[in-house]
Parts: sequence; C-alpha cells; structure tokens
Amino acid sequence: TQAALLAAAAAVFSDWTTSRKRLLSDTHSEVYDVIISGGGMVGSAMACSLGMEPNLKGKKILLLEAGNKKVMDKVSDTYSTRVSSISPGSATLLSVGAWDHITGMRCKPYQKMQVWDACSDALITFDKENLQDEMAYIVENDIIVAALTKQLDSLSDNVQVKYRSKVVKYTWPMSYQAADSIPWVQVTLDSGETLQAKLLIGADGPNSMVRREAGIPTVKWNYDQSAVVAVLHLSEPTENIVAWQRFLPTGPIAMLPLSDTESSLVWSTSHGHAEELLQLDEESFVDAINSAFWSNDNQSEFIERAGSLFRGALSVLMPSAGSTRQLPPSVAGIGPKSRVMFPLGMGHASEYIRHRVALIGDAAHRVHPLAGQGANLGFGDVACLTQVLSQAAFNGKDLGAMQHLLEYETERQRHNLPMMAAIDLMKRLYSTNAAPVVLLRTLGLQATNMLPPLKEQIIAFASK
Amino acid sequence: MYSDKFGRLMLGLCCRKSTRVCGVRSAFSWTSACKQRTLRRSAWLQVKQQALPFQIRAHSASHTTLDPSEVKRFQSLASKWWDEQGEFGALHAMNDLRVPFIRDNLLNVHRGHQPGKPLAGLKILDVGCGGGLLTEPLGRLGADVLGIDPVADSIGTARLHLSHDSVLGARVRYRACTLEELSAEGEEGEEEEGVGQFDAVVASEVVEHLADLETFAFCCSHVLKPGGSLFITTINKTNLSYALGIVAAEQLLRIVPRGTHDWEKFISPVELERLLESNGFSVQSIRGMLYNPVSGKWSWTDSTAINYALHAVKLIEEPQPDRAQADNPDPEYRAHAASTHN
Repeated sequence: TQAALLAAAAAVFSDWTTSRKRLLSDTHSEVYDVIISGGGMVGSAMACSLGMEPNLKGKKILLLEAGNKKVMDKVSDTYSTRVSSISPGSATLLSVGAWDHITGMRCKPYQKMQVWDACSDALITFDKENLQDEMAYIVENDIIVAALTKQLDSLSDNVQVKYRSKVVKYTWPMSYQAADSIPWVQVTLDSGETLQAKLLIGADGPNSMVRREAGIPTVKWNYDQSAVVAVLHLSEPTENIVAWQRFLPTGPIAMLPLSDTESSLVWSTSHGHAEELLQLDEESFVDAINSAFWSNDNQSEFIERAGSLFRGALSVLMPSAGSTRQLPPSVAGIGPKSRVMFPLGMGHASEYIRHRVALIGDAAHRVHPLAGQGANLGFGDVACLTQVLSQAAFNGKDLGAMQHLLEYETERQRHNLPMMAAIDLMKRLYSTNAAPVVLLRTLGLQATNMLPPLKEQIIAFASK
Repeated sequence: MYSDKFGRLMLGLCCRKSTRVCGVRSAFSWTSACKQRTLRRSAWLQVKQQALPFQIRAHSASHTTLDPSEVKRFQSLASKWWDEQGEFGALHAMNDLRVPFIRDNLLNVHRGHQPGKPLAGLKILDVGCGGGLLTEPLGRLGADVLGIDPVADSIGTARLHLSHDSVLGARVRYRACTLEELSAEGEEGEEEEGVGQFDAVVASEVVEHLADLETFAFCCSHVLKPGGSLFITTINKTNLSYALGIVAAEQLLRIVPRGTHDWEKFISPVELERLLESNGFSVQSIRGMLYNPVSGKWSWTDSTAINYALHAVKLIEEPQPDRAQADNPDPEYRAHAASTHN
C-alpha cells in the first residue's frame, strides 16, 4: 500500500507539474490580437492602417519583418529602380499619415497615359479632363516602405514591429472541441521565440509561407517573361507627365516618369532577351530602348491599311474622339544603379482566408506589371480588411472568426479576379504578331480609344 | 427561440407537464409562484452566500426547482456551445443583432466612450449566459460582465473558452447560480432597497423558459442601478410563432431539438411591457427580429410576431405603491408590496 500511495502521489505530482508547465508556457507566449507576417509595402500599410483605426485602439498588433528596418533620413539623389504606380484610391488609403511622408520625400504624379501597339498604328490614351487631375503617382518602392516605417514609429503604442524576425513555423489552431489546445495561431521565429495571434495576416509576397503552410491551393503559372528595370536619363528635360507603354511582340516596354529629366524603365520580355539586355553596354542598351519605342519594323502593310481604314470610319461616326499619337522622349543614358531583372508570373490563391488567417497583397494575388496594378490591388486588400476588422471589433467579435473574414474574401475576390483576368488577357493578346490577332486587337484598341465613357470606366476601375 | 440555454431561474417552476396540461400559463404558475415566493422571501434573509457552484437548490421543501431532464439534456449539449456550425449556430448568428442593440442603447444612455472600448466602465449581468456566447462580445467591448447560469457544465464550458484569453478574462467572470441567489446576496448588507450593482442586465432567450416572470422582473430591478438598462430577447406568443418557432423549427426543419420551447411560455411584447412597467421599468424600445434559415442570418424587421428584442430602463424613483397595489388584484402581491414599503 505504501508503494501504491507513492505511485499515486507521483502521478498527482507529475500531473500538477505538467499542468503548471503548460500554464507557464501559455503565459510565456505573448498573445497578440493581430500578427502581420511580412513588412513589405502591403504588410506595413496593413500595420499602419490597423494602428490608426479608432475601433482597434487598445488591440495588440505586431508586424514581423525578416529584413532590416528601412529608415530614410535623407532621400538619396539617385532614383531606385523598383517603382510602383500608385492609384488615387491607394493614395487615399495611405493618406492616413504615410502619404504626407511620401510627398515630402519624392513622388511624381502623371496626368496622361499612352498605350500603343508595335504591330500597328493602334493606340489608346487615357487622361483626365484637361490634364488637371492626376491619374496616378509613380513612387519608388523604397520610399513607400520608408514612409510607412516612419508612420509606424509614431504608432508604437498600438503597433509593435519586430525586425530581423524570420518565421520558421506556423502552428494552426485546433478545432474548438479539443479542450486543452491553444485556440490561437502560433508563430515560431528563428530566435526560438513563440508568439500567439488571434488573427494572422499573411503579407509575405508571392511565395507566401503562410499560404503554403496553410495548404491553400493556388492557381499559378510562370509567364515566359522577365522584367528588366532601370532608371533612364532623358535626352532633354521635358514636362514629364505621361506614362508610356508600347506592346512589342516580345512583351510590353514601359517608361514611367520620375522627374523632368528621369524616367523608370520596365521592360517585360523573354528570359533570353532580358539576359542579353543586362549584358549590353550602356550605349547599346539605350539604343535598344529607343528603337523599341520608336521603330515601326513590326508593322505589316495589310494591318496598317486595315487600321487606317477603320480609324477613318470611326472618325466619321465620332469626329471629336480619338487622339493624336505622340512619341515618348528619347533616352540618353541610364542611372548609376545597375539594371535588374526578375521573373514574371501570375498567381491567385483560391482562398484568401482560413480560420484566424487572412492573405493580402502578392500572397493572395500576383499579376503582370503591364497594368501597374500589383501594388494597388494589395492596398485595396488593406483598405477592405481594415474596414472589416474595424466593424468586427465594434461588434465585440473575435477578430479571427470566419464570418467577417469571408466578407473580406468575397469582396476582394470580386474585385481582383476580373482585374487579373483582364491583365492576363492583355498579356496573351499582345504576345503575338500573328495577323488575325493583331487585326483584332488593333480594331479593338482603336474602337475603345474612340469611346470616352468606356475609357472612363476603365480608369475608374483601375483607380479604386 | 433557439436557446437550449435553460437559464431557468429558480422561481418556483411547476412541472412543465402540468403547465402544458393546464394550458393557461399565467394563472396557474402565478399563484404557485407567489406561494413559493412568499415562502422564499422569508428564507432569503437567512440564506448565506455559498462560494462553491452548485446546480440544484431546493429553497422550499415543497417544490423542486429545476427539471432534471432538462438539466441533463443541457449538460449533454454543454460542449457544443462554441461550435458555430452546430446546434447553437443560430445563437451565434444572433450576436449580429443583439450586441449592436445592447451596445447602441447603452451608448445612448452613457455617452462619451473611449475608442476601442465603447462599453468601458459599465457593469453588465448576463442572465442565463450558457456557454458565454453573448458574454464574451460584451466583455470585448470593454464592459465588466458577470455571466450566470444554473447549469454548472455550461459555466465550465464558458470558463474554459475564456481561459486562453487573459485580457478578456480580467473583465469577464462566470458563476453557476441563479438570478434569485444573486439578488438575495445583494440584499444583505445594503441599507436601502433598490441600490443595485449593475448598469445593465441582459436576459437573452431566457424569459421563454421561465414560469414566473414577476419575480424575474423584480430580481432584475433589484440588481440594477437606478436608470440601469434591461435587455430582453424572446419569442412572441402568436400563431405565427407557433407555426414557425415550434412546428417548423422543431418538428419540420429540426433546427432546434424537439421540446426546447413551450409555446405557452412565450410572451407577447405588450404583456411583457405591462409586466415590466408594473415593476418599475420604462420600456424604451421593442424591435422585431427575423431568422433566415437559408442564409443563417438574423435581421431586424418591423414585425414582432416571432422574435423580438426589448430595451427597458429602471425608473429612478420607485413606482407609486398605491397605484401598483390597486392594479394588481392578487392579495399576496399587495402584501409583498406593502411589506417592502414599510
């Protein structure tokens, strides 16, 4: 009996110690209301947006970024190569503080956009009335992140940021029925620290670990294209308020204004050609760019004649519509920072949410840069998710509950999918110089150019 | 309507069977309840507060207070409270209506709130809280909430669900007890009657399970501060509520387990309003609610024919004793009123 008593005592003691250990480990891991994984443009914007939301005051928000803190005390004289076109809708989102920092640092509004074909004369121009309002802004990605970081510094009582924190593991919550399990998402960092979150927001880019670990099926494919980016010096200063994009058979080449003397190049082309372009010396590279914008080698006579006939017909119907073709400024040199290339692909997560998980930005959707929409779709996600979470908090809900996360997913998928489909369609449509396709797109583009209401719709959709 | 929360107050429940047989709810239960209540009123003063939670407590020798079969059924469902797609799915969905209803009406009364915690500084009592479905959201809005329910298993589930959230746990507490017991504790050590501890009392999907609403109203009034709010959601007693709430929900669509509700216990808004006003409340608003079983969502509606929500405020002065006595024909009530005002 003594042995039995001892055994019983030992059993009780071990139960007590394991429950104590569990209690201690519970109390050691801090529980955050929201953890955002990924401190890029979209992740930082999400953190800012949540931090400034009045209904979420008092909630504990954490942003995890694997890289270093990006501080920009003084804007460097040289432009960086990666830029984004920020629509007015995104500017409004960022206007919760960060936009002031951005305009204080450096950004370039542009009023007009010209998109034309290399295989025909067809072109389309977008502009706001009388070139008064801005269509969108070209901002360097570094500046966006630095501005958001500065804004986050001012929100430090609500929002914490951990830099140099790489996540190595996510542990998903069990269902409600498992009695002793922790109902929160657990995030394990490379430092060994474990954090818990009532809601995990995945903003970790196109190769999202959150999406992968959550097992969310993704539709994705690689375009056989890479984008080459560089900073261009223009031959002469000009009122640089136009964004230019020409569809070559190998892919679109775009010149985006940065200042009166400099522009940013985004040239999407095949992998082989992209590598060649990187190898060229500066002069040859500049020649290649100019000829891509200016030469008419790809045009066939048949298409030219058909195009001008159609244009003539349309101008009889709608004499006031239509636009004259302008030529982009010529390029004299390139900026000191080296040219880079990166592969392009399309990706879409079939679900943006799970219980206690939400994906935003490139983690949820990845697009071709030809429409300049990638960042804007991400910022749109941020605006929608912030609004959904704010309302949920005001209703006393658990932030990770599926009901309101489903609203976010539905709203954003309804907006993003048509946009992504349109971008993919454009890419495919303009990737060939087969005559029937060229004819079709020529006529289509010319017709669209003649219809201001249609163009306004397109702008409105892209500006959200 | 869908509450399996048998948050019965131990107010002298007659056997449910006899209630059904009699068919007329109010008279039968009234007299027996009054008998029980007077017996218990004298027993209250001797009741000592007990720290341990318990389930069944016979106040007087003559009646059992809880129906054991209901308690048992409820115990078996205790673990299912937090499954949003399970038996209590409709109650989870009802939070979309009742939390804003409570929050907005409280904000109207107590202006000036801190952002992020609209109900900060308010003390709320959730009667018949079950697994804490409504208690937790109110706590998240910043209020100090006490949830009570006679079924200990539900309280256990509620405590377990709360245990992982230490921030919320500081504001939300649960006790396995009845409104009567709570009200009785409040009475001791108080110099004057009517000085309650709570800014608001919430009784959601509870009153349709009670037989004695008079005592319920009295206890609510007792634990509320003057000017405090009472929120009730319940089911109307109409043909439509019988057709949809009992026949359709329980028997045809099986959304709610059979026998959950007794149509006789439903009360119409007009009756409830009259009852509350005779207990010193002023009814501020009544709104109809409608459940859509296809979408699983609730919505506000103009008609109070099935479900409705009611907000009443405890009047700051006591109701005139003469008028209350004159209205009520029951001699025992008058005796009770007289004794309290002496």
